[in-house]
Amino acid sequence: MAKLHVTTTINGEPTEFLASPDQNMLDVLRDTLGLTGAKEGCGTGDCGACSITLDGRLVCSCLMLAVEAEGHSITTIEGMAQGDHLHPLQQKFLEMAALQCGICTPGVLVAAKALLEKNPDPSETEVRFWLAGNLCRCTGYDKIVRAVLETAAEMRGAA
Amino acid sequence: MNAIDNKWIGTRTIRPDGVDKVTGRAGYAADNVMPGMVWGKVLRSPHAHAVIRSINTAKAEALPGVKAVVTAADIVNFPLDKSVMLGIQDMRWMCRNVMAREKALFHGQPVAAVAATTAEIAAEACKLIEVDYEVLPHVIEIDDAIAPNAPILHDFIKYEGKPSNIAGTMVNKVGDIEAGFAQADLVIERNYDTRPVHQGYIEPHACTVSCTADGKVTIWSSSQGQFMVRAMTSLLTGISQSNIRAIPAEIGGGFGAKTIIYLEPVAVMLSKKSGRPVKMVMSRDEVFRATGPAPGMKATVKIGMKKDGTIVAAHGVYYLQAGGLPGSPLRGPVGCSFAPYNIANVLSEGFDVVSNRPKVAAYRAPGAPLGAFAVETVIDELCEKLGLDPLEVRIKNHARPGDKAVYGATFGSITFVETTDAMLKHPHYKAPLDKAPAPHIRRGRGVASGFWYNAGGESSAQVNITEDGNVTVTTGHPDVGGSRASTANVTAELLGIDHSRISVLIGDTASIGFSNLTGGSRVTFASAMVVTQSTEKVIGQLKERAARIWKIDPEAVDWENGEARPAGANAGKFPALTLKELAAKANEMGGPIGAGIQLNTVGADPGFATHIVDVEVDTQLGIVRVIRYTACQDAGRSLHPSYVEGQIQGGVVQGIGWALSEEFLYDKTGKMDNASFLDYRMPVCSDLPMIEAVALEIPNPKHPQGVRGVGEAGILPGLAAIANAVHDAVGKRFFSLPLSPPKVLAVLDS
Amino acid sequence: MTDIRYLAPQTLDEAVGAFAAAQGAARILAGGTDLLVQMRNGMAKPGTIIDIKKIAELTTIARTADGGFRVGAAVSGAVLAEHESFGTVWPGVLEAVNLIGSTQVQGRASPGGNLCHGSPAADSVPAMVAAGAVLTIQGPNGRRELPVEAFPAGPGRTKLAPGEILVSFTLPARPKGSGDAYLRMIPRTEMDIAVVGLAVNLTMANGVVTAARVGLGAVAPTVLLVEAAAKALIGSKLEDAALETAAAACRAACNPINDKRGTIEYRTKVAGVLLKRVAAIAAERAGRA
Repeated sequence: MAKLHVTTTINGEPTEFLASPDQNMLDVLRDTLGLTGAKEGCGTGDCGACSITLDGRLVCSCLMLAVEAEGHSITTIEGMAQGDHLHPLQQKFLEMAALQCGICTPGVLVAAKALLEKNPDPSETEVRFWLAGNLCRCTGYDKIVRAVLETAAEMRGAA
Repeated sequence: MNAIDNKWIGTRTIRPDGVDKVTGRAGYAADNVMPGMVWGKVLRSPHAHAVIRSINTAKAEALPGVKAVVTAADIVNFPLDKSVMLGIQDMRWMCRNVMAREKALFHGQPVAAVAATTAEIAAEACKLIEVDYEVLPHVIEIDDAIAPNAPILHDFIKYEGKPSNIAGTMVNKVGDIEAGFAQADLVIERNYDTRPVHQGYIEPHACTVSCTADGKVTIWSSSQGQFMVRAMTSLLTGISQSNIRAIPAEIGGGFGAKTIIYLEPVAVMLSKKSGRPVKMVMSRDEVFRATGPAPGMKATVKIGMKKDGTIVAAHGVYYLQAGGLPGSPLRGPVGCSFAPYNIANVLSEGFDVVSNRPKVAAYRAPGAPLGAFAVETVIDELCEKLGLDPLEVRIKNHARPGDKAVYGATFGSITFVETTDAMLKHPHYKAPLDKAPAPHIRRGRGVASGFWYNAGGESSAQVNITEDGNVTVTTGHPDVGGSRASTANVTAELLGIDHSRISVLIGDTASIGFSNLTGGSRVTFASAMVVTQSTEKVIGQLKERAARIWKIDPEAVDWENGEARPAGANAGKFPALTLKELAAKANEMGGPIGAGIQLNTVGADPGFATHIVDVEVDTQLGIVRVIRYTACQDAGRSLHPSYVEGQIQGGVVQGIGWALSEEFLYDKTGKMDNASFLDYRMPVCSDLPMIEAVALEIPNPKHPQGVRGVGEAGILPGLAAIANAVHDAVGKRFFSLPLSPPKVLAVLDS
Repeated sequence: MTDIRYLAPQTLDEAVGAFAAAQGAARILAGGTDLLVQMRNGMAKPGTIIDIKKIAELTTIARTADGGFRVGAAVSGAVLAEHESFGTVWPGVLEAVNLIGSTQVQGRASPGGNLCHGSPAADSVPAMVAAGAVLTIQGPNGRRELPVEAFPAGPGRTKLAPGEILVSFTLPARPKGSGDAYLRMIPRTEMDIAVVGLAVNLTMANGVVTAARVGLGAVAPTVLLVEAAAKALIGSKLEDAALETAAAACRAACNPINDKRGTIEYRTKVAGVLLKRVAAIAAERAGRA
C-alpha cells in the first residue's frame, strides 16, 4: 500500500501529511513536518524524549503510528509557548536551571505541562512518579522537580 | 574579581542558549538536514570475535537507491606495529573501532556502511552485504581473559613475553609498602568486582556530513570537541584539517563518551563516494552495543592503619576492561584512589585487559570511581573496626598543599581538608536516622571521598564589540552543562554591562582558534581564563579609544560600569564615554574593537568530593533506595551557582546508578543482553530524593576568578558511600557492584 | 515503499473479517506500546495492522447487569484510572494496569494488549487472574468466553484461535468485604518489567477470609492462578501460619528461569514475600469495603 493521507491538527494548526502505515509519529514530526523539538532517545518508549500529547493525553510519539493521528489533535513542544510568551514551566526551567544539555527538556516540559493540567497541586512524589518515564542523565532530576513544583505553586497563585 | 558585590559573577542568570532549549528549537546533531541528503547506516558484526575473511558489497551496491558502500578499505589503516597518538587516543585502535579491519572484536563493531536515499533502503542494503567470518572463541570477563589458554584477541600484544590479553600496565609507587604494613595496627585486604556501565546520554550519536567535489568537508555533529572531530576525522580519512570544517551541534549529553568519534569518518567517506550529503544517526541499541562504556573492574585493595587512624601503607591492584581494543583508563584508579591521602608507602598497579566487549570510552573521571569504591570501603571498614569516625580519619590523612601525590605531582592549593570538614560539620552527618522503621526495613548512613586530577589545556576565545555597542563572545568548546552562562557572567562583570547585551556562541573549527575537548573538568576553568584575558584586552582597546578622543594618556583612563572615565581629577574633566558611544566611533578611531586569546591554560587544581548518603534497605527483597544525599565540592568560585550544583547533582546520580542498578549483561554468545534503557536501568526520577549540593568557594589562586573544575568529582564517592551506608544499615559488607537486589539478598541470607 | 496496510474498522465484525482474511499476516493494534517496539526491532513484520480503537465495544468501560464491570480490551490505563468507580471497586486491578510502563505508556497501553502480548511478566494479568476476570473473545466462529488464567499458552503465546480478537474483560460483582491488591518486585521504582508480580483478591467476613484468589506472574512460562495459596488463606484470619502456608504455596508454584531480570532463587523467595505483603493490603482494603 502506498502512503496514506492524514489530516490532523498539530499545535492548533490544521495539518496534512503523507505517511507509510508503519511510520511512527515521531519520524513524521521530525522528518516530514520539520518539528524536531521532539527527540528520539530510544525509539522504544523508555526515555520520554519524544513526548507529545494526543487529544490532551501524554504519549510517546515513537510508540504511535502516524496514521493514528487522523482526526485527532496533537501538541508538541513547539506549541507550548504562545508566540514569544513562554509557558510558565518554560520560564521556570530557565530561571531554575532545570536543564543542562537540554535533549530531554522538550519531553520533560510536555510531560510536566500535562501533569499540571491534570493536577495543579502535585506533591514531590507525584511529580517524580509522573516524570519517571522521562530520562534525564545530566541533572539528577533535582532542579527539574523543584522547577515543576515551583511553577505549580506560581500558577495556583496566579489562578 | 571575587568581590562579594559582584553584579554578575555568582548570580543565577538565564543561560544564553536557554530559550532555544525550552522551546525545542535548539539544533542537535540529529535535527540537521541538507538538500539532497542521503542516509547512512552501519552494518555491525553479529559475532563477538571473528576473523573477517572477505566482504562482498556487490549486491548491496546493486540495490536501487544505494549511493555508496564503505568498508575498512576506505578508512586510513594505521598498522598495528606503530602507535600514532591524538591526545590519549591511539589511531591504531580508533581506525579499527570505527570500522573493523582484520577481525571483529565485539558484537556490534562496524564492518561496513551504506548510504542510500532512505534509511530503510540503507538498512536493507546492509543485509545484502556478504561478510565471510571465521568465528573464533570469545571472552567477556576479566578472569576469563587473563586465564591461561584464554582466546587471545591480538596476537601482537605480549605480556611477560607471551601473547596475552593484558595490553598495558601502569604503576605508581612511593615508599615501601611491606615496611609500611609492618607499622600498622590493622591491615584489611578486600577483593572487588564491578560491571561496565554506560555514560547513558539521552542523545544517540549523530552527524551530517557534506563532502563536495573540491574535496572540502563540512561536518555537523554532536561531540565534546569540534577540533577533536576535525583532527580524528582527518587522520582516519586522510583529508587535511584545513579542508575539514567541524561545526558543533548542541550536544545532548556526553559525559566523556563523545570525546571520540564513531560515525564522522564513515559519513565522510560515504559522502565522498556518493557525492551527496550524508546523515547518520545511531539507534539506542547501537549506542549500547558499540559505543564506549566505562570499564568493569576486578581489584584487590589492602590498607594498613594505626590505632590513631594514620594510614601507613596502601596497595591497590586494578584490572580494568578495555573492550576489544586496548586503552582502559588505568590512570583513574591507579593515580586517584590514594591521592586524597598523604600515605608514606603506596603501591598502585593497573592492568589493561582486552576482551570481546565494545571499546571503552571516557566517563566522568575515567576509571577513578572504581578505585574510589575499593579504597573508600576498605577505609570505612578500618574505621569501623578501630572505632574511629570515618570523616575525622579522612581529615587526619588528607593530603595538604605541598604534599606529593602518589602519581608524582606536588599539590598546590588543594582543599581536601576543608571539603571533608564541611561534611563533618554538615547537619546531615549527625542527623538522627531511624535505623529500623519497619520490621523488614533497615536504614544506614555512609560517607566516602574521591579525587580527580582536573585539567587546564588549550582554549581560545574571541570577544568582539558590535557596531551598536553590544558584545559577542565566541569560545571553542561545546557547552554540555551551562558553560555559556558562566562565560556571559564573566564578560558582563568585566565590562560592567548588562548581561543581556552579551551573546555567547560556540565557534566552529574555522571561526575560532584551537580549543581542546570539553572534558576533564576543564571548560569553565579554561574558558573563563581566556575570556577574561580577551575581555581585558578589549577593555584596553576601549580605554585607548577614549584616551585618543580625550587626547590624554590611556593610563589615565579607567573602565567602570561599562564606561570609560578619566582616572581622577588630574586626568582631565571629560564626560564618560559608554560602550555604545565608543563603538559608534570605532571606525574613525582606529577600526573594529575586539580581541582574541589562545592559551594553554595551567593552574587547574584537582577536583575532590566528599559525600554523605542515607539508604534504606528492604531486607526481604534486597532493594536499596537512597533516601538522603549530601555532596560537597570546592568550586573555588561558582561563576554560575546553578550549573555548579547541576554538575554535582548529575554526577551524584550517575554514581547512584553505578552503585545500585546499572550494568552490562552478556549472553553466552557474547552479545549484550540488555541493550535498552528498559533493561539497562539508569535511575529514574522516582528513584531519587533531592540531592543537596554544597559548593564551597575557596578561590583557586591560579585562576582569575578562582575557579576549580567541578564536573567530574561528583561521581567519585557515591559507589563507596552507598556500599558503606548499606553496611551501616544491615551489618554486611559488599564488594561487588551493582548492589542489585538478588546480590544484596544473597549476602543478607548468607 | 512498504506494502504494509493499515485498517481502522468501525465494527468488530469488520475487524474479525479482516484479521481472519489476513491469515496470520496481520497484527492487532490497540495501544501499540508493544507492537511498535516489536516492529522497530524486526520481531514483528505485519502485512496488515488492524487498529481496533475505533470499535466502541473495545474502548468502553461498562457496568454489567449484576454490578460487575466490562472493560474493553483496548481501554488505556489512563482512561481506566479516570473512571468514576472502577478504581474503588477493583483497586488492585487498577494499580496493576497502571504499573504498565510510564505515564506516557499509560496513555496508550491497554490491559488487552498486556494480556495478548503473552508475557509471563505482564503486570495486569495476575491482578485479572486474582479478580476472576472472564474474557470475551470474538472470532470467525462467533463469540466465546474464557477465564483469564486459561488464556496464556506460554511466553508470547495465547489461546486465541486464528482470526480471534480479545474483546473485553468481565469482572464479577463484588460481595461486601472484598479487596484486591497487586505488588511487583522491580529493581527501580518505575519503568521496569516485573521480576515477580503477585495479586491477591479476598473477601472477608468478621475477619475471616471467605474467598480468595491469588495470581502470580513472572515466575513461570505463564501467569499462574495459585489455588493452593488461596486455599491456605480461605478460612483463616490471615494469621502468620496461614500466610506462611500461602507463601510456601506461591514459592512451590514457581518455575522461573534465570535471566537478565532475576535469578531462580531470588524470584522464588520474592514470591513468598510478596504474597504476605499483598494479602495484607488486600485485607486492609476488604476491611474498608
